[in-house]
Amino acid sequence: MSANLINLLIDATWQTLYMVAVSAALGTVFGLPLGVFLATSQRGELLSRPLINKVLGLVVNAARSVPFIILVVAIIPFTRMVAGTSIGTTAAIVPLTIAAVPFIARLIENAIREVDSGLIEAARAMGATPLQIIRKVLIPEALPSITLGLTLAVVSLIGYSAMVGAVGGEGLGDLGIRYGYQRFMPEVMAIVVVILIVLVQLVQTIGEWFAARVDKRAPKGRGQ
Amino acid sequence: MSDRKIQGASIVFQSVGKAFAKPGGGMVSAVDDVSLTVDAGAITGIIGRSGAGKSTMLRMVNGLERPTSGKILVGGQDVGAAQGTALRAIRRDVGMVFQHFNLLASRTVAGNIALPLEVAGVPGARIKARVADLIHRVGLDAQADRYPAELSGGQKQRVGIARALATEPKVLLSDEATSALDPETTQTVLELLKDINRELGLTILLITHEMAVVRDIASHVAVIEGGRIVEAGKTYDVFTAPQHPTTRSFLSGLTGVTLPAFIKGKISDTRPARPCDEVIHVTFAGKHATDPMLALLTRDLGLQVNILSGAIEEIGDQPFGNLLISLDADRAAEARAYLERHGLLTQGLGYVG
Repeated sequence: MSANLINLLIDATWQTLYMVAVSAALGTVFGLPLGVFLATSQRGELLSRPLINKVLGLVVNAARSVPFIILVVAIIPFTRMVAGTSIGTTAAIVPLTIAAVPFIARLIENAIREVDSGLIEAARAMGATPLQIIRKVLIPEALPSITLGLTLAVVSLIGYSAMVGAVGGEGLGDLGIRYGYQRFMPEVMAIVVVILIVLVQLVQTIGEWFAARVDKRAPKGRGQ
Repeated sequence: MSDRKIQGASIVFQSVGKAFAKPGGGMVSAVDDVSLTVDAGAITGIIGRSGAGKSTMLRMVNGLERPTSGKILVGGQDVGAAQGTALRAIRRDVGMVFQHFNLLASRTVAGNIALPLEVAGVPGARIKARVADLIHRVGLDAQADRYPAELSGGQKQRVGIARALATEPKVLLSDEATSALDPETTQTVLELLKDINRELGLTILLITHEMAVVRDIASHVAVIEGGRIVEAGKTYDVFTAPQHPTTRSFLSGLTGVTLPAFIKGKISDTRPARPCDEVIHVTFAGKHATDPMLALLTRDLGLQVNILSGAIEEIGDQPFGNLLISLDADRAAEARAYLERHGLLTQGLGYVG
């Protein structure tokens, strides 16, 4: 394999990592509060804003029902407004983030809902404010599930990132399509797939390791 | 111990009612026109079956539920009317212990106990000192850095109690705190609650479905049934002279007044025509609790007495006894009059022929 091709693969791997990392980070920044709000704002709950909850739920569902490749194309004007351009790797972060936010929000919402309602009651009985309950009880208690949810989100984003070639985003998926498929170089396709598998494995392993570390729900080891 | 003596607060229920909206529409009443005064510094037990409304009563004391009618005053403050900051301030004066502990799995023992202090905005250094004191008080020094998953049920409840005491409350609410524990652990947790009440002087209001818990630590008791208080008073008085059938049924399992199976099948409320025995429940209280009354009964009246079951209990260091006896129905009235004359309480339960 030519040195040129190896450079292309290295660049593409970095581009994928860059897109996924930035969109996952932004997705969490927006998805976490959204998810927490969705989990706590139904009628009678901590923040009880049933109307806003309904509306946000609809928006999240709508965003999640648009196939990613269509989302990428459909929001091009918005992408241009935010990123200054609608073409390229950095521009691709916009649709990736837009897809990540509702997805991560739902994952966080589920994680928060799993927290025993008795803990919320105990915190209320202590005189905690809703914000204190969220910060000191709900998020720390949901952290193992949140960590696994974010792992799942990153893996999905790695998959999504392969589609942004459609708007000139680069990365491994784009390289696989242009070289492996359009230029009939099956070995490039094979290497791309292998790198993707390794990336996903790595993300999954790190995610699970971290989730186990923050999970204090079961005693560690025996005979302690 | 660095804890200063706290002036416990009284809790007053004034014609309190609480109704919940039913899922299918309409309202269902959980607590109905309840008036009860819980003395400051005392341990008071509310006993009732599940669904009787005791949990709702307890949860109204710290505003987890709001009454739909009436008032609840904690240390003179109207909890039902308090909102926001005022309500949170009251809650810091009212600690709560839960049946299922409700500890944060993500925090250590020390971290769990620190939580109410963090919530109250106490500075870090003071939290540390206070938490160390509390851990010592509940005897968990060796477990300070353990997580709840590594503790036994009794240890978890000690953490729950320490956490409830963190903000130096004037009232401690106990929501079936020992119901998830084995009998031995229950005793140690009850002892701890007793010690806390004695040493700190705070008011303890507990709910339970076990008369044994009331007997062991409560000086006062209220019996709740169908959302209403059917009987209330000093524990000793209620135990020795229960007025309401619900109270009696709660006591029956506890005080040796359960009819043996072979009698239970045969007993009837109406007296059969043939010669028969009457079954009588005798309660020995106060100074007569340890008198040999049955021996005297036999001596003075020449009566044959069958003992069916019995036990001597202690409530707040005062003994009282319960005995089920049967004797010739023709002379039962005479025997009961004799016993009553000597300060015992009697109650006819039925006839066995």
